[in-house]
Amino acid sequence: MSLRSPLGRVLGLGSAKSGTGHWWGQRVSAIALVPLSLWFVFSLLLLPDLDFATTRAWLHWPVSGFLAILLVIVVAYHSYLGTIVVIEDYVHAEGYKLLGLLLLRFLHVLVAGAAIFAILRIAFGT
Amino acid sequence: MPVRARPLSPHLLIYRWQIGNTLSILHRFTGVFLALGFVALSFWFVALATDDRSYRSATHLFASPLGWLALLGWTFAFFYHLLNGVRHLLWDVGRGFERVERRLSGWLAVIGAVVLTLCVWVLLWHFERL
Repeated sequence: MSLRSPLGRVLGLGSAKSGTGHWWGQRVSAIALVPLSLWFVFSLLLLPDLDFATTRAWLHWPVSGFLAILLVIVVAYHSYLGTIVVIEDYVHAEGYKLLGLLLLRFLHVLVAGAAIFAILRIAFGT
Repeated sequence: MPVRARPLSPHLLIYRWQIGNTLSILHRFTGVFLALGFVALSFWFVALATDDRSYRSATHLFASPLGWLALLGWTFAFFYHLLNGVRHLLWDVGRGFERVERRLSGWLAVIGAVVLTLCVWVLLWHFERL
């Protein structure tokens, strides 16, 4: 038996139509980002130089390339989850909200895809 | 459905401004700023994958005054969001809710972020990367 009113059901009111998925995803990706992001920052800091050849040689090394790709995936996921909440909180007009959420989704896939492809090119290039 | 301006209770205005809400706002602000940093990071990866010239022009862009400012901001935003994020995770497991703990951890996040940012930039300067 549902306690929701017929009007509420028709208007799609009531439940947020998602469970704890968003909240949990945000926490799990946050935990993963603690070591991943620190690894990235301190690896760059400890490189003998940040010029083209040195930086590429570093990313050409399998462990660095692999971790860099993981970092990009988890950052994209965490950033997407975080930024959609900002849109949901401040954009109340249904149309603009949908547009904003779609735009964020496309942008995150685009930016992450470009970064991953670039890292793969360096990793598998000469 | 027609959108009509409804009377609002002063749900934001009646509270005194304090460290808790300031840090909460700063967490969201640094998060959005870091999302922009993600775009810059991706741009850097693409430049690095392209060729020496593209990488040079990318680093040239980052070395401009506005580039420096952004990098400095991203360093602080990264460390603050990281430390305050750990603070949130501790709250999630039910720790650190006492008044003293809340304030102390908040100040630790801010001061820690400033100190770590300074450490990174002093190291960069020391290694002559600037």
